[in-house]
Amino acid sequence: MSSITGPSGDRGRRRLGDTLFGGGAGLAGVLVIAIVVFTGVFLAISAVPSVLDDKVNFLTSTEWQATPGDLRFGILQILWTTVSISVIAMIIAVPLGVGNALFLTQYAPKWLARPAASVIDLLAAIPSIVFGLWGIQIFAPHLTGLQTFLNDALGWFPLFSGPVSTGTVFIAGIVLAVMVLPIITAMSREVFAQTPAANKEGALALGATRWEMIRTAVLPFGRAGVISAAMLGLGRALGETIAITIIVSSVAPGAGFFTSWLQGGETFASKIANNAAEFNNPESTGAYIAAGLVLFILTFVVNALARIVINRRKAFA
Amino acid sequence: MSALQTPERELPAALADSRGQGGRKVRNTIATVVMVLAFVIAVIPLVWILWTVIEKGASLLVDSTWWLNSQRGITPRIVGGGAYHAIVGTLLQALATAVIAVPLGIMSAILLVEYGASRIARVVSFTVDILSGLPSIVAALFIYAFWVTTLGFSRSGFAVSLSLVLLMVPVVVRSTEEMLKLVPNELREASYALGVPKWKTIVMIVLPTAFSGILTGVLLGLARIMGETAPLLILVGYSQSINMDLFSGNMAALPLMINNDRQQALEPAVERVWAAALTLVLIVLVLNIAGRAIARFSSLRK
Repeated sequence: MSSITGPSGDRGRRRLGDTLFGGGAGLAGVLVIAIVVFTGVFLAISAVPSVLDDKVNFLTSTEWQATPGDLRFGILQILWTTVSISVIAMIIAVPLGVGNALFLTQYAPKWLARPAASVIDLLAAIPSIVFGLWGIQIFAPHLTGLQTFLNDALGWFPLFSGPVSTGTVFIAGIVLAVMVLPIITAMSREVFAQTPAANKEGALALGATRWEMIRTAVLPFGRAGVISAAMLGLGRALGETIAITIIVSSVAPGAGFFTSWLQGGETFASKIANNAAEFNNPESTGAYIAAGLVLFILTFVVNALARIVINRRKAFA
Repeated sequence: MSALQTPERELPAALADSRGQGGRKVRNTIATVVMVLAFVIAVIPLVWILWTVIEKGASLLVDSTWWLNSQRGITPRIVGGGAYHAIVGTLLQALATAVIAVPLGIMSAILLVEYGASRIARVVSFTVDILSGLPSIVAALFIYAFWVTTLGFSRSGFAVSLSLVLLMVPVVVRSTEEMLKLVPNELREASYALGVPKWKTIVMIVLPTAFSGILTGVLLGLARIMGETAPLLILVGYSQSINMDLFSGNMAALPLMINNDRQQALEPAVERVWAAALTLVLIVLVLNIAGRAIARFSSLRK
């Protein structure tokens, strides 16, 4: 539709209204681009002085002390916790999301498919602070037994070492899986629904069962979509703030590097949220903004990759 | 892509390795059960969460005090008070956000669809994708670094709104864009044929036709931002009293009200936390369902 151009005015000149309106649209676009660019720029401007004053290595230190004049902060520990929680969430949410998408597109009868899809979408409508509240007060107590069992059985393995605390990385990962499930389901559903009927019918005509049809026709067709759905979910998981802040208990400063999923910890986002009260001098603020900048870069890369995967697929299809 | 060849290549193999084992039907049944289970597992937390907030929060909501009073002078020990200050705060901040984000989002969508050939449109489209994945805490830090640190303004409800703009714009853009693409080209051509300029065609013909999609985007965008907590933590302080001024002073919002008392153990405070959670869930769910319903019953999408 962009190929159609409107009447070009009296003497072939653009009309004033067109110039203004087109300019307005262009301006809005430029503003949107500027917002993203400025996000990176302003975070960097605020973060760089503190990172330069950092007395330990910003990338490899596990310490976090944002005292003005004695800045010793590194992201290794929060990177570990962030990645751990996101990995747990992905391990649960990707298979579950794909299963849901298959159920909605290939199994559910027509009358059920739409309302069922809306139900999954409603999960995305629940505010994350409510997820957090429910996660720590209602859901976590139900997992005490499982966590103790994991610790008893696999405690020799660093991921499951004790002592087990109440608000753990493990529980946060499970709650986060529920939170990113709608994203993964919605996007996988979209690509599965586009599977050419000829492929599906061809498989069925050859005598495939429904599951064999899915395995040979639907899943190969939707693979790129599932990958980018998983990455969008990952992007969301990396940046989730308040639910994790509420669920995962923070660990006393000065503790050495800890790896266990059955203990507390802080992610990039929850570290910043927990210490918002410390934003009273440029040096400490800069330290937290540096953590925010790393989070921005991480989510930027993950989201960009997701879009590239799905757009390449569109180009081929 | 390879989708067309894949069945030819793989299906015989897939059938061969299970032929004669009698396991194909079993495997098919197992797969069906797994898919149904996946759906059931996904529904459990939704029902559980909704049930929890209703069970624990509903008792306060039926009282008009909840909707008409603030928490001024209320301590965790005292029963009473309402969420008026927080509801007003949430609505005011959402309104300020919408006033900025809706025009910006609609104009960007117009750029993407009606002026789609330009190179800037492709960059904008990518940027909108990045924005839709932007963590709310990063948006909040950006506004802090820009509005508070660099420009020297103090933390306020308006600063929160600014950061929420970043989260609302992509929702409005995508929903509007999708609907503009559905507007039949014949409508545009007919308008051009009558000598109507492009800008007037867009404003008088295209936008009204796509109105329902725009409304959906606005409602879903509002639902998204009203539930956000992270920007509030960084950009405004909580106040127990009513503050209608977006530009100065502490200001309550429902997520902040929940956050403020969430670690309280005293019964009156705990009750209010769940009641605030239920209020927030209700507002967000209503906006969400309204948005989706409008999208479904729109005239363009048949």
